[in-house]
Amino acid sequence: MPYDAPIASLDIRMPMSRVEAEGLLTPHTREEIDHWAAKYPAARRRSAVVAALRAAQHQNGGHLNEALMDAVAAYLNLPPIYVYEAASFYSMFELRPVGRHSVSVCTNISCMLCGAESIVEYIEKKLGIVTGESTADGRIYLKQEEECLAACCGAPMMMVDHVYHEHLTPERVDEILDALE
Amino acid sequence: MSDTASIEIDGRTLEAPRGAMIIEVADRHGIHIPRFCYHRKLSIAANCRMCLVEVEKAPKPLPACATPVMDGMKVRTASALAAGAQKAVMEFLLINHPLDCPICDQGGECELQDVAMGYGRGVSRFSERKRVVADKNLGPLIATDMTRCIHCTRCVRFGEEIAGMPELGATGRGEHMEIGTFVEQAVDSEMSGNVIDVCPVGALTSKPFRFQARAWEMGSRDTVAPHDAVGSNVHVHVMGGRVKRVVPRENEAVNEVWISDRDRFSYEGLYDEERLLEPMIRRNGEWSACGWEEALAFASRGLRSLVSRHGADAFGTLVSPNASVEEAYLLQKMVRGLGVSDIDHRLRDADFSDQEQAPLCPSLGCSLAEVETRDAVLLVGAWPRKEVPILNHRLRKASLAGARVMVLNPADYEFNFRVDGRIVVSPDAMVDALASVLSGSAAPAELCPGVREVVDGASHSEDAAAIASTLADADHASLLLGPMVARHPEGALLRALARALASATGASLGQLTEGANAAGAWLAGALPHRGPGGRSLERPGRDARSMLRDARPGYLLFGIEPELDCGDPALALSAMRGADFVAVFTAYRSEAMSRYADVMLPIAPYAENSGTFVNLEGRWQSFEAAVRPPGEARPGWKVLRVMGNVLDLEGFDYLSAEEVRGEVESLVEQAAPIRAAWRSGERTPWPREALCRLGSVPLYAADAIVRRAPALQQTRDAAFAGVSLNSAAAARLGLEDGARATVRQGDACIRLPVFIDDRLPDGCACLPAGVPQAAALGPDIGPMHVTPA
Ligand code: SF4
Ligand code: FES
Ligand code: FES
Repeated sequence: MPYDAPIASLDIRMPMSRVEAEGLLTPHTREEIDHWAAKYPAARRRSAVVAALRAAQHQNGGHLNEALMDAVAAYLNLPPIYVYEAASFYSMFELRPVGRHSVSVCTNISCMLCGAESIVEYIEKKLGIVTGESTADGRIYLKQEEECLAACCGAPMMMVDHVYHEHLTPERVDEILDALE
Repeated sequence: MSDTASIEIDGRTLEAPRGAMIIEVADRHGIHIPRFCYHRKLSIAANCRMCLVEVEKAPKPLPACATPVMDGMKVRTASALAAGAQKAVMEFLLINHPLDCPICDQGGECELQDVAMGYGRGVSRFSERKRVVADKNLGPLIATDMTRCIHCTRCVRFGEEIAGMPELGATGRGEHMEIGTFVEQAVDSEMSGNVIDVCPVGALTSKPFRFQARAWEMGSRDTVAPHDAVGSNVHVHVMGGRVKRVVPRENEAVNEVWISDRDRFSYEGLYDEERLLEPMIRRNGEWSACGWEEALAFASRGLRSLVSRHGADAFGTLVSPNASVEEAYLLQKMVRGLGVSDIDHRLRDADFSDQEQAPLCPSLGCSLAEVETRDAVLLVGAWPRKEVPILNHRLRKASLAGARVMVLNPADYEFNFRVDGRIVVSPDAMVDALASVLSGSAAPAELCPGVREVVDGASHSEDAAAIASTLADADHASLLLGPMVARHPEGALLRALARALASATGASLGQLTEGANAAGAWLAGALPHRGPGGRSLERPGRDARSMLRDARPGYLLFGIEPELDCGDPALALSAMRGADFVAVFTAYRSEAMSRYADVMLPIAPYAENSGTFVNLEGRWQSFEAAVRPPGEARPGWKVLRVMGNVLDLEGFDYLSAEEVRGEVESLVEQAAPIRAAWRSGERTPWPREALCRLGSVPLYAADAIVRRAPALQQTRDAAFAGVSLNSAAAARLGLEDGARATVRQGDACIRLPVFIDDRLPDGCACLPAGVPQAAALGPDIGPMHVTPA
């Protein structure tokens, strides 16, 4: 009889408890999540996921991991998949450790026509990494290509830690990147 | 404004309910519009754009699944504009879809394949590389080929809206979007297999069926699923005389378009190596196969000789609640024809003291569809999610529509909907808990003696009073008694309290029975105290428990494994072992059976048998055999018919199962009305120093077929972890999580791992019934001692 068959490659995942979640999230993060969650009706806690993930990512030095996503889910009392979906969809969430400064070059149509591809190539060569990687010293993270960042008038452009830099040339790039701590 | 709109689709003028989507109206009138994401049981996502149609005055084609009809609307589903849009969408969908139809299980029944035939181009203009998506491991039931996914999100919406367990989701975005669980884990819903049907392509397919057959090679036969009292309608797909898979057959009144995983994957159990393929008899301790004639003569002689020695008390007959109406009827006719009166199908029940007052047969108290329209429901001793999944789905719909579903249970079970009132007490405190609900009810209840004393002695609790007033305030309230009530030693008292509560609050009262055909067994007379159609008997017999306690010289078993299917396995086994002669009608031959039986007659289980089940709402559903039974196995009703003749009994000359059904039906029609008037039962003294065992039957231990279905046995629901109790009880008894404990019930003693489960109330220890690990133990609800090993 098949009763004693091993539970085939079946990872039994127990949902994280609220207590465990509170242990993983700092008081500041929890405060931040509470602040955002309060803005939505109780039945719409899902709306606070993005803000909660942002806070969790911040507490963790710029990236998320499974435990933190589970903690956010448990804290907001949501099925974890809702949190995974949001975290993996939005490009501002990192799901693995990355460098301190995030650099993303727009390669969408206007920027592409104005030479974005050679800018990317220049940066990759300069830093010795390819897009998606971080420098070994943990200083710079060359993020996946961004789509249009709504600055076509200044194409080609890139965003460094939320700051826009337009009309890029290799010289401008040197200036900007070399100034990063 | 009238509530219908007049619209025109492809030149046909149609009346449509206002607010309906174009696609619904077209479907109703047989006008085909291609689609992928639309599914009439799911919310509208409108993300695939395959259903684009031309609507007059609209500048662009519109999605038919998300465009409500308006008066005077003119829709063209096949105009140049519509067809062009559909072709373009098709081309986009095929860009990333692999061309692996020849090795895809969905081939031949794939919506993408069909639509591509109609709307696709012969050649692809896409010469770049297609994307590849890693497969996911979703557990033992569902196979994935995620590269084939077209992101319709039907499976995601199914999990959220139907299963009530959002497990699948869309992660990543744009070209990197993937459907999956993100972190590797099995999908864990009791209805998960339905995603195989909702997935329009071969991304999600059946794991046990993988590479077994092509859709067009199989024949399809209709039958009724045999594992719970819903009687879900199914198609059985057959090739080369074997059941290859089982899929739902639409019946809005019963299972809608869904089936439970148990009903979908149990067929694997038909091909277990323990199937009994020939009649076998035991002579001088040696088993040998023989022909039917010899076996029936042997069995008949055995029973006859018991009767000549012991008369009406000669043997006890235990019949499975999964036996068909025809089988139950013929069996009782044969047994009673021999002058024997001990027959019963209530194998797990523990209290029979109110059986004379019971209604003609147990029922839900309303139809399955009506469950959705209840506005308050109290479940007592029931966990429908893991007992009757399709009923649970109806309850979930009721709850989503605003019904207040409340529970009084021996464990804090998880539900996939909101629960509005919860009382969790150990089984030995259920009587008091139900009594306090009754005493909390504002309306005075008429109470019979016995019940009155219990109610007077009940403690007052806010929760209980709130439940009573919710029931009383509702226009359509239901009280549903689950299997834990039937199996409870104080079952009669619980039923009497429930009856009083129902009448005080105006709620309907229903019972959730185990097995596919408990109601049919009542009607067919597989009972010690009533004949077919509720006829009263001159000489009532012993009930299922008494005929084991009061061991009989012989037993006749029909479709059961006593050590797993009876409420007190230790008692059942010792009765079997002590008997002079045991004849069994069975589809499987087990180790245990070879030891106590004297003759084994191979009968056909579900899918190989024709007959009738009466479901929990009283619906008679007949079915035909889908395949021939293997070897010498034969449908039980045919074997009984022949055996009746071998025994020289009157009235066993039926030509078909329908004839038998007809006879039962006319007996039921003539039944004198029974005034159901639940009387009070006895209180059971519970030993103070013992724990109370909660022996619920796991989802996949329900019957002999399911217990042998390998894929189901690998799911989390089938995992046996040991004996569980809450942390307080464990601390008191010096037991630790993961440690071993000695478990004793009466003389039976086994050693098992302990695990802590704080869903259990104090004083109660859960040790599942119906599993081999518990086959040596005593009553599934009763005192149990757990000590450190
Ligand atoms: S797996 Fe199937 S049902 Fe789910 S989104 Fe993909 S194609 Fe649709
Ligand atoms: S295309 Fe680069 S900012 Fe718009
Ligand atoms: S069926 Fe209408 S958009 Fe998918």
